[in-house]
Amino acid sequence: MLTATGTGPTSTVFVMEQVRQYIIDNFLLGDDSGLDSAESLLDSGIIDSTGIMDVVAFLESRFGVTVEDEDLIADNLDSVRRIAGFVERKLAAQKAA
Amino acid sequence: MHILVHHFLRDSARDRTDKTALIVGETRHTFGEIDRASDAVACALQADGVARGDRVALALENSAEFVIAVWGILKAGAVFVPVNPTTKADKLAYILNDCGVKALVAQASLARQALPALDIARSVTAVLWVGDGVPDDAPGIAWDEVLAGPRRNPTDPGVIDLDLCAIIYTSGSTGRPKGVMLTHRNMINTAWSISTYLGNVAEDVVICLMPLSFDYGLYQVVTGARVGFTVVLEKSFAYPFDTIQTMARHRVTGLPGVPTIFATLLQMEAFEKADLSSLRYISNTAAAFPPAHIRRLRQLQPHATVFSMYGLTECTRVAYLDPARLDDKITSVGKAIPNSETWIVDEVGNRVGPGEVGELVIRGSNVMRGYWGKPDESARRLKDGPFPGEKVLYSGDLFWADAEGFLHFVARKDDVFKCKGEKVSPKEIENVLYELDSVAEACIVGVPDNIDGTAIKAYVVPRQGSNLTEAMVRQHCRARLESYLVPKFVEISGVLPKTESGKIKRTALAEFN
Repeated sequence: MLTATGTGPTSTVFVMEQVRQYIIDNFLLGDDSGLDSAESLLDSGIIDSTGIMDVVAFLESRFGVTVEDEDLIADNLDSVRRIAGFVERKLAAQKAA
Repeated sequence: MHILVHHFLRDSARDRTDKTALIVGETRHTFGEIDRASDAVACALQADGVARGDRVALALENSAEFVIAVWGILKAGAVFVPVNPTTKADKLAYILNDCGVKALVAQASLARQALPALDIARSVTAVLWVGDGVPDDAPGIAWDEVLAGPRRNPTDPGVIDLDLCAIIYTSGSTGRPKGVMLTHRNMINTAWSISTYLGNVAEDVVICLMPLSFDYGLYQVVTGARVGFTVVLEKSFAYPFDTIQTMARHRVTGLPGVPTIFATLLQMEAFEKADLSSLRYISNTAAAFPPAHIRRLRQLQPHATVFSMYGLTECTRVAYLDPARLDDKITSVGKAIPNSETWIVDEVGNRVGPGEVGELVIRGSNVMRGYWGKPDESARRLKDGPFPGEKVLYSGDLFWADAEGFLHFVARKDDVFKCKGEKVSPKEIENVLYELDSVAEACIVGVPDNIDGTAIKAYVVPRQGSNLTEAMVRQHCRARLESYLVPKFVEISGVLPKTESGKIKRTALAEFN
């Protein structure tokens, strides 16, 4: 697994970069010029409902988190920043369990 | 009396001024507010030179602005052209050019696609931008400016009910979308017919999860204005858990959906646990409703009546199954909707008997005027009926009817299939795949899928020496196509089955799955 120097593999910066890169590669064709990490992915037309499910599949395979029904809400998934926060909370909870 | 579609809004705004017409997120909009705001939009359009019969396109996500813009366009005497908000620049330009759109109402966040399209579409002389973030040098005016200022009344454009009301684009087997022309009379009739068999009442609260650019979504708003009920408009079905909570919170009584939506809901525990006791009906159209899903829905929401329906953009809705017959006719889509009739014909146009498969023909006030600017394609679908001077619609769908006249869908006559409730033209996607230099051959087929019913699968043969990957194919499709047209499955193959004349054998590939 990739690790960012001096931080754990699950640090905010690390997760956020991974998520951001995934979205840029898969939904913005590698062009990151306009992507603001706080921007709503749905409102900006970057991702639609099908795309959200692809993001969920990516999070499950890349970070080993389990996404439950009740996790499928805008608060968790509607921006790069929210997704990163969500993954961190999930990982922390899984570690604690 | 309702002669024109916007009379629905006029009367609801008069009789239920302060009633909630629309809930979007946390915001409620009354019929009165929507009426006033749409007057302002109509005035702005007229000031920009939009006149009776002009086309005005909408490139907007589901929003209050979409609804207000539709009414405003109609009040200005113009024809609205809804475009899926995920449409990419060149297809948007194609649509704008195809029906000579005069004005565009677009979401600022979609400027990435809209601006390049406007460069090509020379007929567009006015743009109305909704929201922030439009580049400073972009032409057009801001929505907020239009709504500001004192109340004004639009000038009466002199429209009659035979005038066009909407042009809705639909995929065809040729790969180029065709604009279905609908008149005010078409929509008045169909809104009456649908809300009559659904038994809609002013107390209904109907949730709309489909895009308003899709006629099934649009009709929730139109029938809502006709009957005076409240529509809970969701941006999309991207966050199903949020949607379920929204349904419970607003005590939703009507849940219209497509099979993909129901398949997802049925997988979720929250759908079982949430208090959805207010649900009065659930309706499905756009693709076959799997009987297992119907049974499970009834088990989970026993208080809700299930309507199995069938339609096509060319006449909006064709048939619905009387819920009282759901148990013994579970695989049927029922019979013709009120004020229309259907029959089934063989290859030469003779009516076939019970149990025989043929093409479904529709006669009624719901049938479109034709395809915009396509007299030949219109003539292939609109043919002489049993009465002199009258055209009936050949659906292009194969059906059989049982002894009691209940309709059963068999297949499309062409390659077109439906995914997530929307028509998919294999040719359109194949054309996009062939844009990749590294693609030698491509074939799109519909494959069975648990969630989508039928999902899109791309078979691609790479050019020799190229390093084509699945990711490259997917990325290219995402850049070029509406999101629902992006293949769910991509298979890179060495060779594709061919006919004797060397054409790719689509049917053989479909049978593999």
